[in-house]
Amino acid sequence: MAAPEPSTRAVAPREPQRPDAHTLSLYVNNKPGVLVRVALVFARRGYNIESLVVSPTVRGDFSRMTITCSGDPETLEQIIKQLAKLIDVVHAIDHTGDDSYETEIALVKLESQLDRRTEILQVAEHYGAKVVDYGSDSLMLRVYGDSDKLDAFVALLRPYGLSELVRSGKILMARGLAET
Amino acid sequence: MTANGRQPTGAEVLCRCLEREGVTYIFGLSGGAAIPIFDALVDSPIELILVRHEQGATHMADGYARASGRPGVVLVTSGPGATNTVTGLLTAQMDSSPLIVITGQTNRVNLGKDAFQEADVTGITYPVVKHSYLVRDASEIPRIVREAFHIATSGRPGPVLIDVPKDVSQGPCDASFVDQIDLPGYRVPGAATQAAVEHAAALIARARQPVLYVGQGAVISGAGKAVMALAEKLRAPIVNTLLGKGAADETHPLHLGMLGMHGTAYANKAVTFCDLIVAIGARWDDRITGKVDEFCAKATKIHIDVDPAEFNKVLRPDLCLLGDARLVVEQLLPLVEPLDTSEWLAQIKEWRRRYPLKYAKKGGLRAQHVLDRLDALTEGRTIITADVGQHQMWAAQFCRTREGRRWITTGGAGTMGFGFPAAIGAWFARPEEEVWAVVGDGGFQMTLCELATAAVKRVPVKILVINNNYLGMVRQWQELFFENRLSGVDLEGNPDFVKLAEAYGVKGLRINRPGDIDRKLREARAHKSGPVLVVAEVVKEDNVFPMIPAGAAIANMIIEPPKHRLEKPSGST
Repeated sequence: MAAPEPSTRAVAPREPQRPDAHTLSLYVNNKPGVLVRVALVFARRGYNIESLVVSPTVRGDFSRMTITCSGDPETLEQIIKQLAKLIDVVHAIDHTGDDSYETEIALVKLESQLDRRTEILQVAEHYGAKVVDYGSDSLMLRVYGDSDKLDAFVALLRPYGLSELVRSGKILMARGLAET
Repeated sequence: MTANGRQPTGAEVLCRCLEREGVTYIFGLSGGAAIPIFDALVDSPIELILVRHEQGATHMADGYARASGRPGVVLVTSGPGATNTVTGLLTAQMDSSPLIVITGQTNRVNLGKDAFQEADVTGITYPVVKHSYLVRDASEIPRIVREAFHIATSGRPGPVLIDVPKDVSQGPCDASFVDQIDLPGYRVPGAATQAAVEHAAALIARARQPVLYVGQGAVISGAGKAVMALAEKLRAPIVNTLLGKGAADETHPLHLGMLGMHGTAYANKAVTFCDLIVAIGARWDDRITGKVDEFCAKATKIHIDVDPAEFNKVLRPDLCLLGDARLVVEQLLPLVEPLDTSEWLAQIKEWRRRYPLKYAKKGGLRAQHVLDRLDALTEGRTIITADVGQHQMWAAQFCRTREGRRWITTGGAGTMGFGFPAAIGAWFARPEEEVWAVVGDGGFQMTLCELATAAVKRVPVKILVINNNYLGMVRQWQELFFENRLSGVDLEGNPDFVKLAEAYGVKGLRINRPGDIDRKLREARAHKSGPVLVVAEVVKEDNVFPMIPAGAAIANMIIEPPKHRLEKPSGST
């Protein structure tokens, strides 16, 4: 069997991002409890968080939260306002549709027979993925890029015995001098 | 350093910080984890009001805050002491009332280990506070207290909780007092932008059938005079929400009283047919709008609020002005011109004539009659608190409020048991005032243990128990919408409330007939040496009208008792 062409998405359909997905960036006080306060704003309104990355910022007393979520726009408007209202949230910005650079890392584990490795490595090469663990009966690949690319990569590898997937969640930064 | 040269404890620093914030009363109940703080209070000029249940403390502090505009302070212990404050926190959060609730906590080393009377209080209360703190180091106390008072009282006020581990309060505290506040995530709006105010003035200029819709935000910001001046200049009628009562004088000819589910028919008609509605510190609550799509559908809507999260939450106004209600109305005043509203006011006058608030004065004692007489005898020179339910709606309808902070009730949360302790707190805030707690027999029994608090402190509150031996509002819904299948509403086993009062050493009076009303109310008013309880034994099955079924459009308002069966309401409550 030939390696599936990454461009032939009819064969290996990518897992498309939901059209109502949004990416929010929160600049918050680096204090205990902030994550709970933020999560409760979503949970109370039945809004699902798809990924959430908490990371340090230039200043040690503040943290960054990059949140992807999806749902109806009216609820999201209210959620952003309620987030901004939290004392510990300095700002909450919806970067959806903004000119911003975004990226994500995925680690993928395949329980792969030796005879299929060539095909897998071809896919990996096409996506710029690196083999980070090469075992006798498994392979671990690391790939990064925008979330759509990762979705497509994962979809392509599914037929090859994909056994574990860990994604970092999206991070994003506004381009130019705009604030994230 | 304390006077004897040793380093002060965390509890002592906490008390000094509270004194610096101007605190004169703390409403509280002691317990193990809070003993160091109660100990420090012995040497503090702050007076402790010992309650009988922590919920009562929160409502007292809330009543104190609403009567005065100053934050009410609560001190309780950890675990159940702290969880008993949750209802009071919700009540204050929903109605934007400034509270500081200080809870004891287990020693830091025990946190998360299920220690005796440990509860994750900050975790439990996240959704019902404006902000909260778990003090991790005694040196943080001055900063936290300063921030807590600033947050509780500014912008849209609300409750702030401070959880203090026992070893923090008991141990030494090396900290200096703080005046500066650094809260980069907290901004307090002041006046609106000039462009927004000019836009509002232009929208107002086009109106022929305007209504000013006034809420709690107007009371909090002290916008009453400005609102009245705006109404008089525009010749526009005023309606207020349940909590907005008194922001502007309800006896003024331009005032139509309360709107909403049990508002006056003429207030609701005015809102239905207006071509402009200006919300001043009001939040389009579901008991106001009913069916949102049909709520003043043709009107231009302007929303003035200090909390931007209220904009576009329930409906999308044509214009939102972010700012303090009083400042924004004062900005608007010089920019608006009188409107030609003569036809509109004539129409409203006709509605007022056709659909007055009314009740039967014969066929038994009615709550409305008692409250109508209370209004007539006191002429507004009183502070009235109320619980939630039928008595609350009747009090809101018949006790007209002349100025802000003279009407105190639980709006958003609808907390049974609020009214009586809130009255005690209101009296501590304004002891020169005559304070009446109007309560139902159901709600009163949830916090009646505070009779002891009132008796011990000789608080001359007047408790008017509207006793119909039912959870009356639910019974009304069951009668009107559930084929009178009564379920869980019959309060058989109620005590004799006069004897109950007497058991606490409190004077008890009873009104059985309409003929008793004035005499007993006068007797209660004359009793100033301590609390007095007046129980009005009213007809069991009376209903509050007008009524707009929950979730229905205002056009579906029931003005008189219906003769046919009604559909179950689509709205929740």
